[in-house]
Amino acid sequence: MLKDITFGQYYESNSIVHRLDPRTKILVLILDIVFLFLTKSIYSLIVPAVQTVLILIISKVPAKMFLRNIKTILPIIIFTSIINLFYGNSGTVLLTVWYFTITTSGILRAVYMGSRIILLILLSSVLTYTTTPNDITDAIESLLSFMRIFRLQNAVHMLAMMMTIALRFIPTLVEETEKIMNAQKARGADLENGRLIERIKALIPILIPLLISSVRRAYELAEAMECRCYNGGVGRVRMKRLKYSWADLWAAFINIMFCGGIIAINTLI
Amino acid sequence: MDNLIEIKNVSFSFDAEGEKRDIIKNLNLNIERSSFTVILGHNGSGKSTLAKLMNGLYKPTNADGSVLVDGIDTKDETSEIEIRRKVGMVFQNPDNQLVASIVEDDVAFGPENLGLTPEKSRERVDEALKAVGMYEFRKSTPHHLSGGQKQRIAIAGIIAMRPECLILDEPTAMLDPKGRAEVMSIITRFNRENGMTIVLITHFMEEAELADRVVLLSDGEIISDGTPKEIFSDIKTLKSTGLDVPQTTELLYQLKKNGIDIDTDAISVKETAARISAALHLEES
Repeated sequence: MLKDITFGQYYESNSIVHRLDPRTKILVLILDIVFLFLTKSIYSLIVPAVQTVLILIISKVPAKMFLRNIKTILPIIIFTSIINLFYGNSGTVLLTVWYFTITTSGILRAVYMGSRIILLILLSSVLTYTTTPNDITDAIESLLSFMRIFRLQNAVHMLAMMMTIALRFIPTLVEETEKIMNAQKARGADLENGRLIERIKALIPILIPLLISSVRRAYELAEAMECRCYNGGVGRVRMKRLKYSWADLWAAFINIMFCGGIIAINTLI
Repeated sequence: MDNLIEIKNVSFSFDAEGEKRDIIKNLNLNIERSSFTVILGHNGSGKSTLAKLMNGLYKPTNADGSVLVDGIDTKDETSEIEIRRKVGMVFQNPDNQLVASIVEDDVAFGPENLGLTPEKSRERVDEALKAVGMYEFRKSTPHHLSGGQKQRIAIAGIIAMRPECLILDEPTAMLDPKGRAEVMSIITRFNRENGMTIVLITHFMEEAELADRVVLLSDGEIISDGTPKEIFSDIKTLKSTGLDVPQTTELLYQLKKNGIDIDTDAISVKETAARISAALHLEES
């Protein structure tokens, strides 16, 4: 059923990665991705590969969930690898077809590019599997709080509030869409058959009621928020505060060590 | 007893397609502290507008009309927050009142806006959730809960601001009978045990029997005001407003109309049965 879709794909568990402060996870992810792109060759890619595998293991998220993520972007991985296959400019020529030549360095390059995307996806999915959307929202609000110096704290608050409300209303709107679809089907609407144009046309009687009801909901929500003394976040104090622990420091330290490893191999080889 | 809310000579109108429509017409109403008032009215009688006038969401449109909440005029923009904190409001659709996707985060929304310290907010959230019997659901997601449970969370969200008065605008209209009973028992308990002022707006007459006072609203005017018994015994006025009269009251009314000597002031089934049995004994003797 539509209602059961898991947005943000959080996987409930109690691993060390789950317990880390969401801000640490976001910052470490950014760091790791930057260094992933600083790798110069397939040899220095060994470091982030080992690092990613270790993170995946301690996150206690089942491997098949990660494989599912890779499966969805498999076409992109294959496409990138094939393109790069022909970009080898040194090494022994293995095959020449028409204008294209495949060399040993081309093969290495293809593997390097492909595995870099795989590692990128794996690392990012660790964040979304181990952190609830609410925690990510709170972390973003907290990480962006330095915007205060540019007098943009209001914009940051609004962004966080919008994300919170969006997360809250996704299941509600999905349920509503289902209701409207059933109502239109009961009136004889055909949503599954016909050519593409016809199917798009059939969506209009679903989207319009959905839009109208969302606007009405927004209006009611605004009134309810006003009744709860909301005035745009001025003087608002959050009940839950994110707290760094020693584990966060260790996580950051270990990841920085790995990044150092990448630099070392880059310069040595 | 003193008045918590004083509505003096208030009118409310708006322009609909160039035509001026009066929703509330020169209305006067006082809500006593710690009372339980039910405002009854059919759709379009102006009862929701009246509710929104009571906490300053709407302001009277006539110059000489005023709404005073604990002595503060709602027209005074600077005390908006103060008024909303004193007079909490719960709406019909629980889905459109909840802000956060975790129960306790949602209940914390009000206290957070008031700028309370995290410790104080936590204390109030726990207290409010316990008061509505939803404490064990504090980590749940609202969309996994029933309508009645969601409405209880919405009430907790208001209670956490510790208001003096709770206005509920048809809080049970979208709930099943079980949810309706849960919400009604919570509201009555707040009134009886904590002395909280309750204003319940509804079109269900059955809910009116729990109140101290019933105000009958029709076309923006108060047409009747009294205890539930007084209101329900005056069937003619009730029917003129287009409301559905409870079956028990209707039964007594029909019996009386057909020449049986019976008191028509009963509301609950038990009381009605007692009236009928009393009338039967009278016939026998």
